[in-house]
Amino acid sequence: MQMHRSVSLTVNGERVERDVPVRLNLVDFLRNELGFTGSHVGCEHGVCGACTVRVDGAPVRGCLMLAVQADGAIVETIEGLSAAGALADLQDAFVARNALQCGYCTPGILITVHDYLERGGAADRAAIRTALSGNYCRCTGYQAIVDAIAEVAAARAGGGAA
Amino acid sequence: MTGPLSVFDRPNSYIGRSVPRPNARRLAEGRGRFVDDLSLPRMVHAAFLRSPHAHARIANIHTAAAKAAPGVVAVYSGADLLPRIEPWVGVLSHLKGLRSPPQPAVAVDVARWQGEAVAMVLAASRAEAEDAAALIEVDYQPLPVAADMERALDPSEPVIHAEYGSNLAWERLVEHGDVEAAFADPDATIVERTFRFGRHTGVTLEPRATLAAYDPSERRLTVHYSGQAPHMMQVIYAKHLGLPEGNVRVVAGDVGGAFGIKVHTYGDEVAAAAASMLLGRPVKFVADRFESFLSDIHARDHRVTAKIAVSPDGKIAGFAMDDLTGIGPYSVYPRTSAIEANQVLNLTGAPYMLPAYRARAKVVFQNKTVMCQYRAVGHPIAVAVMEGMVDAAAAATGRDPAELRRLNLIPDGGYPCVSATGMRFNELSHHACLDRLLQLMDYEALRADQTQLREKGVYRGIGLSSFVEVTNPSPMFYGVGGAPIASQDGATVRLDASGAVHVSSSVTEQGQGTEAVLAQVVATAMGVPIESVRVTTGDTDITPYGGGTWASRGAGIGGEAALLAGEALRAQVLQAAAAILQTEAQKLDIVAGAVVDEAGQERVTLADLARQIYYRGNELPPDLKPELIATRHYRVTDYPFVFTNGCQASWLEVDVETGEVTLLKHWVVEDCGRVINPQLVDEQMRGGVVQGIGGALYEHCLYDADGQLLNATMADYLVPMAAEMPDIEVAHVETPTSTSVLGAKGAGEAGTGGAPAAIMNAVNDALRPLNAEVTEQPITPARILEALKAI
Repeated sequence: MQMHRSVSLTVNGERVERDVPVRLNLVDFLRNELGFTGSHVGCEHGVCGACTVRVDGAPVRGCLMLAVQADGAIVETIEGLSAAGALADLQDAFVARNALQCGYCTPGILITVHDYLERGGAADRAAIRTALSGNYCRCTGYQAIVDAIAEVAAARAGGGAA
Repeated sequence: MTGPLSVFDRPNSYIGRSVPRPNARRLAEGRGRFVDDLSLPRMVHAAFLRSPHAHARIANIHTAAAKAAPGVVAVYSGADLLPRIEPWVGVLSHLKGLRSPPQPAVAVDVARWQGEAVAMVLAASRAEAEDAAALIEVDYQPLPVAADMERALDPSEPVIHAEYGSNLAWERLVEHGDVEAAFADPDATIVERTFRFGRHTGVTLEPRATLAAYDPSERRLTVHYSGQAPHMMQVIYAKHLGLPEGNVRVVAGDVGGAFGIKVHTYGDEVAAAAASMLLGRPVKFVADRFESFLSDIHARDHRVTAKIAVSPDGKIAGFAMDDLTGIGPYSVYPRTSAIEANQVLNLTGAPYMLPAYRARAKVVFQNKTVMCQYRAVGHPIAVAVMEGMVDAAAAATGRDPAELRRLNLIPDGGYPCVSATGMRFNELSHHACLDRLLQLMDYEALRADQTQLREKGVYRGIGLSSFVEVTNPSPMFYGVGGAPIASQDGATVRLDASGAVHVSSSVTEQGQGTEAVLAQVVATAMGVPIESVRVTTGDTDITPYGGGTWASRGAGIGGEAALLAGEALRAQVLQAAAAILQTEAQKLDIVAGAVVDEAGQERVTLADLARQIYYRGNELPPDLKPELIATRHYRVTDYPFVFTNGCQASWLEVDVETGEVTLLKHWVVEDCGRVINPQLVDEQMRGGVVQGIGGALYEHCLYDADGQLLNATMADYLVPMAAEMPDIEVAHVETPTSTSVLGAKGAGEAGTGGAPAAIMNAVNDALRPLNAEVTEQPITPARILEALKAI
């Protein structure tokens, strides 16, 4: 069996070429090979959502995808999305509402929510709670997270905070 | 707290304001610095082979194949590490009679729980270390297993530590008043119940993690630590690895959740440090989720039988209970696994006037993961038992649950007092909190809704809980018993040449907002904008000596030390300014980062003053030698603990066809003394409530009769998720503690302590018309259907 394979992908706008073990998952590749440590490993099981990243525009569990499967893909992590300002209104709302405590789940939650809002997700609290149902947060009890997302959803629907 | 010059009356006070946390934006942008984010040159990774048996003799360990595997640097068995790591004993002298044998970091001759580490592999990558661990062959001789806590003391059960002759680790009896007479009164209504509380665990989203780096040239060990108590771990690493304490540095950066899980000594973490010493290179160990479930401490696991006697006038005449709790095969070091049961005895019924009280606890060994302190230690048990009994007694005597509480809660004017359980209470507000709660939730209207809905076959319930919370502990908690755990904390505050204020504190941050609170307190004490305050925590090389963050002590103890240090630095600055400005310090103040005179006119900014002092000392009077740095320490001296109180209510619906519980709303009224940052306190309450709900409804470490954990993944172990959680309304009654200037009591655990009782009472309130009752947590749909005799 071939133990390594070369991959070529775009991560946060930069071209990356590496020889990777075929068993290496995407989040370990991003964290340990490329130094994008903002994506976190929580359960290694696809349950907790801490490792959520964007692959070709869709949220993906970084622990359930192999690095070799990302060959040719466009990958975005919390670092790239933050630098691009894509999450700025969400991040402002999360900080203002204290919608994060330890912050370990936060990058995965922001990427999940970014997708929810991009798909036109409403400010409806029940719908937001359902959208978050694959992201575990042990600290906040979720209410402040729901508040922050509802605020941003309403602002975006109203044509922005201005 | 009187007088016009109080720190709370200052212009631009930050006390009582919801200022954002300084570290929140960094974390939201993915710029956290968690242990697993760090890499050091020549670092190797550790993986552990763990016992698949709950109890087995380790006859032989064959490591040759593992040692030859790719990337492997070393393989160590428990026997290899034993000469390097002095085993520890989890007992304290004030818990008389508690016994626990020496515990090795890695099992040596016998493995005593499934998941106990038996060998360690160091390799170039974690994957290679795991590959090699799978090549280790261990000849196990399985031994009989004592898994069931309820049978652990039966003569037929295997004894885990033969030298003790039984599986009893500790027992304690608390007695007050004439319990027999209370229960012998023929007019009293007597209610008896048995409650069971399943094992659960912390499930911090960041698993336990350590990066230990030993430098043999300096004989110096640096440990990057995901935990709550750096100075405690400094002592423990030094003592058990044979190093001078001053040669050990423990650094806690960002911590991805702790909740008490990360305040204990873990063999795998100490083994990583020992391996770093053996290899002379950095060793990283990060538990995977399976390891977390098997090796993080578990919590709860109690069976409590209780009875209550209520007089015809509704007064509680007597209360008695027996608590049995299983702690795994060892008492955990250095806090011990007896504190949880101790707290149950101290806290059950503590909000109430109890003329007679008798409580007994038995703490037993068993072949399961070790059990120890987790958020709200003992409180969820104590509160659920008492509040469950109060509701059962209310039903039995035909009284409203709120009314029965009003009749029996200690009056708000009745302090200081000593509870039947022997606790010294002061400045509590049970009645004010209950009144506020009932008003907040509109209790009467909810009762009316409930009645109407019942006629339509919809079963909704209201559950109340009143409680006290142990916060701000004095040395009487641990230090008195010989534990290397500081009850005091310190803060150093210094002014730099730009006028910025640097705070270094021995309390630690795990997301609760410790650093924000310290910044608020110091900014207020100094009279500077909060933006000019920088806070450092979590480094034994840098911060003053102290206990860290646990037992809801960060704001109350760490905050008070910061306040005292800030005021001391302010006095120094004013003294220097007075000398330079040729006036008196009493005529000056600091407002918004500048020294002002009595008319409020700015005389000099702190930046200009600092530059003059640091750069142009020639301009100062020769006898003026300002240090511009101050350290103060604080410990609670007046009381063993500063108790808080509060109450909660749950409103939920039970589907009597499926047994499913839908949480509709939750309310909390809490008196944590002076509220420094309302938003942070409310978020502690909400997060705490949801952790309590987890224990009440979902979380359970399920074991089979052989001591095998059956659900050690996050797919199988249920935690509270967003879709199932209710909105939680929080309100406050503020009774500042007179033990400190700041007046802050703790707020971190009340949510978790009070929620399971409120949830259980609400479920039973919903089921009452159907003559069904659930007294076993987690309250699963199956248990509700069993109570309804539907299955």
